[in-house]
Amino acid sequence: MAVTLTINGESKTVNAEDDTPLLWVLRDELNLTGTKYGCGIAQCGACTVHVNNLPRRSCVTPIKSIEGMQITTIEGLDGPVAEAVQAAWQKIDVPQCGFCQTGQVMSAVGLLNSIRKPDDADIDNGMTGNICRCATYVRIRNAIHDAAGILEKQK
Amino acid sequence: MSQQATSHDKKPIKPERRRFLQSSAGLLIGVYLPVFANQKSGAAAVMQTPSEAGATLSPNAFVRIAEDNTVTILSKHIEFGQGPFTGLATLAAEEMGADWSQMRAAHAPANVEHYKNLAFGVQGTGGSTAIANSYHQMRRAGATARAMLVSAAATRWKVPDTEITVNNGIISHKNSGKQASFGELAASAAELPAPNNEPALKKPSEFKLIGTDLPKLDTTEKTLGQAQFTLDIYQENMLTAVVAHPPAFGGIVNSFDDSAARKIPGVVDIKKIPQGIVVYAKNTYAAIKGRDALKINWDTSQAETRSSKTLFKLHRDAAQKPGANATSNGDTDKALQDAAKTLELEYSFPYLAHAPMETLDAVILAHNDSDKIEAWLGSQLQTVDQGAIAQVFNTKPENVIIHTQLAGGSFGRRAQPDSGFAVEAALATKAVSRGTPVKLIWTREDDIKGGRYRPMVFHKLRGGIDNKGNIIGWQQTIVTQSIVAGSPFEGMIQNGIDPTSVEGASDLPYTIPNLDVSLHSMQTKVPVLWWRSVGHTHTAYTVETFIDMLLELADKNPVEGRLELLKKHPRESHVLRTAARMAKNAGPTPQDRARGIAVHKSFGSFVAQIAEISNENGFPKVHRVWCAVDCGIAVNPNVIKAQMEGGIGYGLGAILFDEITLGENGTVIQSNFDTYRSLRINEMPDIEVEIIKSDIDPTGVGEPGTPPIGPAVANAWRRLTGQKITHLPFISSVQQMETA
Repeated sequence: MAVTLTINGESKTVNAEDDTPLLWVLRDELNLTGTKYGCGIAQCGACTVHVNNLPRRSCVTPIKSIEGMQITTIEGLDGPVAEAVQAAWQKIDVPQCGFCQTGQVMSAVGLLNSIRKPDDADIDNGMTGNICRCATYVRIRNAIHDAAGILEKQK
Repeated sequence: MSQQATSHDKKPIKPERRRFLQSSAGLLIGVYLPVFANQKSGAAAVMQTPSEAGATLSPNAFVRIAEDNTVTILSKHIEFGQGPFTGLATLAAEEMGADWSQMRAAHAPANVEHYKNLAFGVQGTGGSTAIANSYHQMRRAGATARAMLVSAAATRWKVPDTEITVNNGIISHKNSGKQASFGELAASAAELPAPNNEPALKKPSEFKLIGTDLPKLDTTEKTLGQAQFTLDIYQENMLTAVVAHPPAFGGIVNSFDDSAARKIPGVVDIKKIPQGIVVYAKNTYAAIKGRDALKINWDTSQAETRSSKTLFKLHRDAAQKPGANATSNGDTDKALQDAAKTLELEYSFPYLAHAPMETLDAVILAHNDSDKIEAWLGSQLQTVDQGAIAQVFNTKPENVIIHTQLAGGSFGRRAQPDSGFAVEAALATKAVSRGTPVKLIWTREDDIKGGRYRPMVFHKLRGGIDNKGNIIGWQQTIVTQSIVAGSPFEGMIQNGIDPTSVEGASDLPYTIPNLDVSLHSMQTKVPVLWWRSVGHTHTAYTVETFIDMLLELADKNPVEGRLELLKKHPRESHVLRTAARMAKNAGPTPQDRARGIAVHKSFGSFVAQIAEISNENGFPKVHRVWCAVDCGIAVNPNVIKAQMEGGIGYGLGAILFDEITLGENGTVIQSNFDTYRSLRINEMPDIEVEIIKSDIDPTGVGEPGTPPIGPAVANAWRRLTGQKITHLPFISSVQQMETA
C-alpha cells in the first residue's frame, strides 16, 4: 500500500500498510530515528511528533489517518521556539540517558507554541504525558521556564 | 550491582603506542577500535570513534589524540545517563591540561585486559563504580599523555621538559615564547619512546577542571535527536525480530501454529528457540503483528506458577524465625525481653521492573565469510556478554566484537550475570542464515513481563528501648531471593549470606548494643536482578523508618536522636546535619504538611534527605526534598546533582506506585506504563542538593540518591497521618487501609 506523507516539509511516499503507526514508518522506512519507541500505547511520549503543529503520539497514529497533514519530527524542528527550547535544554544539561528527550523537546515546543509563558501548572499539563525514567523532570521544568524567558527577550 | 571499588590498580599504565602504531589497519579497526555501523552523517561528534577521529597518538588504552586537536577518551563504562563519558573525560583532561572543548568520549571495545572494572575483574559497569574505579586510572592515562606531549615539545624546541607548561590545551615554553597544540605535537610524540616513570598526578588543590560544572559531552546530541542508540541501528538486509515469550517463568513451547503469522505482510520467517518463538520481519510493525498472530501451546509444567500472594506468604512464614546470621552483637533476645518498650513490625516489598526508557535490544551480525560475530548493544557486562555470545556461536570470545552503544537507561537491567538477553539475541541471529543482521527488540510488554526484577522482600523487625529511651535491642530478619546465586558472581556469597540481600542492614551505622541481622534466601523461578541501589532499595526503607519510630517511641528528635547513635560515623552525621540545616533555612514547615528524614550510606557514598509532603486525598504529595550528599571529591557537581534528582525521582515512583505481581498460574499482571506507573513531572518534587566538600577519593552517585527517599516520605507520612506504611507500594497500602 502506498501512502504519501508530508514530513518535515517534504513529500514522502512509503510502501506500508495503512494501519502502520507513523512511529515505525519514520524509523524503519525513512531513517528518522530521533523519534523513539517507548511503550507503543501512547503512555510515555517518547514518540512525540507534531502533526499540523500539535504534539501527537506517533506510536498510535496510523499513517493513513494523517495523509496530507504537516508532520514534523525532531529532525525537522526549527524556528525560534525550537531554538529556545534546545538552547535551554543544553544550558541546563537536561538529558541523562537521553532516550526520551526528543519526545520531551517536541512536547515542550508544543507547549510553548500554545502558551508562551507557562506557569508550573501549565507545564504539568503539557508535559505529564512524557515519561522520563531518569526523572530529569526538575530540569525539564527549569528548561521550559528558561526557554520562555529566552522567547520573551526576543520580543 | 553491589560491589564497591575497594582497591585501585596501582600498576603504572604501560604506554601501548608501539602496539597501536605497528598494528595493521585491520587489527586497529577489527579488534581494538569500535566501528559503529550506520553512523549517520549528522551524528554526534561525541560518538566519533577513535578511528574516525583519526587518532595519531595513542599513549595508552584510554586516550586518543588526533591531529585535528581533539582528544577522545575511551570509556570502559557504558554511558546510559549517569555521566561516565563526561566524568572520565574530565579526569583525563585534568591531568593532560586539556581544554574542555577539545574533549570527546567513545565506548571502549570489549577487552578485559585493558578495560576490566577494577572492582569486578571483568569489563562492566555497575555498583556506582565508574568514577571511583577510574579516578586514578584515567588521571594516570591523562598524565602519561601529557608527559609524551611535553617530551615531544622539548625535543622540537630543544629545551628541558621542566620548562614546559600545559594549560587549556596549549603546550608552552615561556622563555622562548613557543606554543603548540596537542594536535600539532601528536605525530612527534608518537615517535618518542614511552616515559619510563609514572608521571606525578596533581594534588586536589591544583585541580582546574575537577570540581567544576563542565557541560556534559553528550547533551547536545541527545537534545537534537542525533544520539545513536541500539534501536537506531539499521543495516543492509537487516531483519527485525521479536520473540513470543512464555506466559510464566520457566515455561517452554509445546507446539505452535504460525500459519496466520506468516501471512502478515512483511513477516519473513519464524523460528523456535529455547526462549520462545522468534518472528523475523522486514519492519518492526510486521514483526509485532506477526507475533500477535502466533498460536502457541505452552508447557508450563516446570514453570513458576505460584502467585505473588502465595510467594508472599512463604516469605512471611520464613521471617518468623531468624535466618543465617549476617550480623550479631550482644544478646538481642535478652535485651528485647528486658526492654521497657518494644516495637515489632513486618515489611514487604514487591517485585519491581526497571523499565528503562529504551527496552532491551541488540543487533547481531554473524559474518558469512569469517568466524567473526559483531554485536551492537547497550552492554553493561561486556566480558560476560562477549563470552556468552561466543558460546552460542561455538566460537572464541575474541571472535566476538562488542560495540557498546549508548543505552536508554538501565538501572541495573542491562547487567545480566548470565547474559540472558544477549544469548536470546544471539540464538535468534544464529537461527537465520549467516550474513543476515538481526535486530532483536523487546517491546515494553516484554520488558515489564520479562522478569529480572528486584526480588520480593520481606523484613521482620523487633526493637526495644530501655526506660531512659536508649535503643538497646534490634533484631532484623530479611527474607528474599539471592541475586547472585547461580551466577558468575556467586562467589560473593559467604557463609550463606548474599551481601546484596543484607547490605544497608548488616552494616547498620547506629550504635545499638544488642543487634541481630539474619537472612533467609528463598528460591523461586522468577529471575531477579540488581535494581538501582540493590539491597539498599529495601534495607534503607526498613532501617530508616524503624529507627524513626523507635526514636519517636523514646520521645527523641529524629535528627538529634540519630546523631546520638552516629557518633562513630562522622560522614553520616555530616550529611544529616546538612540536610537538617537546609530544611531549616527554607523556613518552618507549612501547615498541613510534614517533613520526614532519612540518611543512608550506599556504594561508599553518604546521602541524607528530608522530604516535605502533604496529604492529597489520602495520598502523599511530595513538594520538596532537601538532599545532602558526601561522595568524596566532587568531579562534576552538576552531574552529581542530576544523579541525586534522578535517583530521588526513580525511588519515589517505585515506593509510591510500583509493583509487579504474579497472578494465578504465575502470569505477570502488569504489562506496560499504564499498569506499571512511572513517576511523572507533576509528581516530581522540587529538589535542592548540597554536596559536602571533601578531599577523599570520589565514590559513586548513580545509585546512592535512591535509597533515602522512600523512608523520608514514609516518615513524613507517619507524622502527618499516623499511618505506618510497611507494605509497598504506598498506593496498595493506602487503598487497603481505606477499605479496612
